[in-house]
Amino acid sequence: MSTAIQLLVGTRKGAWIYRSDAARQTWTVQGPIFLGAIVSHLVLDPRDGKTLMMAASTGHLGPTIFRSTDGGATWTEAARPPAFPKVAEGEPARSVDHSFWVEPGHPDEPGVWWAGTSPPGLFVSRDGGDSWDSVAGFNDNPMYWQWCPADGGTPDGALLNQIIIDPRDPAHMYIALSTAGVFESLDQGASWAPLNRNVEANFFPDPYPEFGQDAHYIALAPTNPDRLWQQNHCGIYRLDRPSVDWDRIGNAMPKEIGDIGFTIVPHPRDADTAWVFPMDGTDVWPRTSPGGRPAVYRTRDAGVSWERQDAGFPREQGWFTVKRQAFCADRNDPLGLYLGATNGELWMSDNEGGDWRCIARHLPEIYSVVAAPL
Amino acid sequence: MVRVLIPSQLQSYTGGLSRLEVQGATVDEALRALDRLYPGIRFRVIDEQDRVRRHMRLYVGPERTLDIGTALRDGDEVLIFGALSGG
Repeated sequence: MSTAIQLLVGTRKGAWIYRSDAARQTWTVQGPIFLGAIVSHLVLDPRDGKTLMMAASTGHLGPTIFRSTDGGATWTEAARPPAFPKVAEGEPARSVDHSFWVEPGHPDEPGVWWAGTSPPGLFVSRDGGDSWDSVAGFNDNPMYWQWCPADGGTPDGALLNQIIIDPRDPAHMYIALSTAGVFESLDQGASWAPLNRNVEANFFPDPYPEFGQDAHYIALAPTNPDRLWQQNHCGIYRLDRPSVDWDRIGNAMPKEIGDIGFTIVPHPRDADTAWVFPMDGTDVWPRTSPGGRPAVYRTRDAGVSWERQDAGFPREQGWFTVKRQAFCADRNDPLGLYLGATNGELWMSDNEGGDWRCIARHLPEIYSVVAAPL
Repeated sequence: MVRVLIPSQLQSYTGGLSRLEVQGATVDEALRALDRLYPGIRFRVIDEQDRVRRHMRLYVGPERTLDIGTALRDGDEVLIFGALSGG
């Protein structure tokens, strides 16, 4: 059964919301919202089904958080956005350049939100996103400057790019970092331990360090929260807890495609199924669709094998790629998949990747796409 | 009173006002007075370490300042600009 979907689209120049009919065949658009703002992430709170939370900044101004409870018609700015504690003169000083990821808290904790920032920082709000506090267990951790060296990072800065809350336990969290890999906390962020065994970081003399990996994206399998999927800078991985040894399932990808990419999407009802959108990580790392032929790859056996799905995508000269937060699924049956491309196109499949069609063109570079029931 | 010039990037806070007057014996006091009138505006210009943000510029009259402790005299003008920040 299919229900209407809203796509929350964050771009380099503002946000847009696309709303579908129940069949997901026609779409209406609202936007631009905050034209010119760099919107790294825009999400809906699944706990109340109405609160939108937006991580925004601009080229000039400092970062902030906006909230809406009326479908994006009006927005309220956080009274105290994420910010590092002020330090004494002479100590290394950090200031949040932008919030990159906003994550609703556990269903048992209404009003709790988490944010990851650049430079890497973890922040929590306990009042619905109005005021945000620095999480000392990470931000002031004695290991912080080793996990997050000042000279590390992506072209847009080093990132704490993801936060995941175990749906069974609000104290159990995972985070992903561009300078350190995956970390786990069992005490709601008070302490953290690296979780990177067997994950390659081929840009170090020791390619399998305890930390230092670039975890582009991690996801829990919704029907099996002990299964983690990871699209890493150096490959595609799967981890089945309580094991701490990641398995490089990307080794089963076609060699001419490789297993480099930014993101991975698990199936909401099938813990063995996930999709990736590969990009070219050869030579000087073009980070484009390999060969100019965009495609997603699907595994239905937990990464033992992968199948190409490219029907509807350009057959040649298609050089876009898909960034970390810009590939997602709805929960309909059949499943809808959505991806936002660096060229400003929004693509969807309403048959689990079998066919793709472009539903919006000419947007600014897309940073994030989130699908939520309407 | 000191006069403050508000750039276009911040006029969503001031309801479109580009010039206004506040009390303040330093740049920081003036910015905090501005923030009381228009909550959130200071943090868009000054970071949590009290540094002027990289792509913002502050002038007191013709003189650029990086120090929000810069003293102001009655009648001074604080100019806030959004500088070049890429495409």
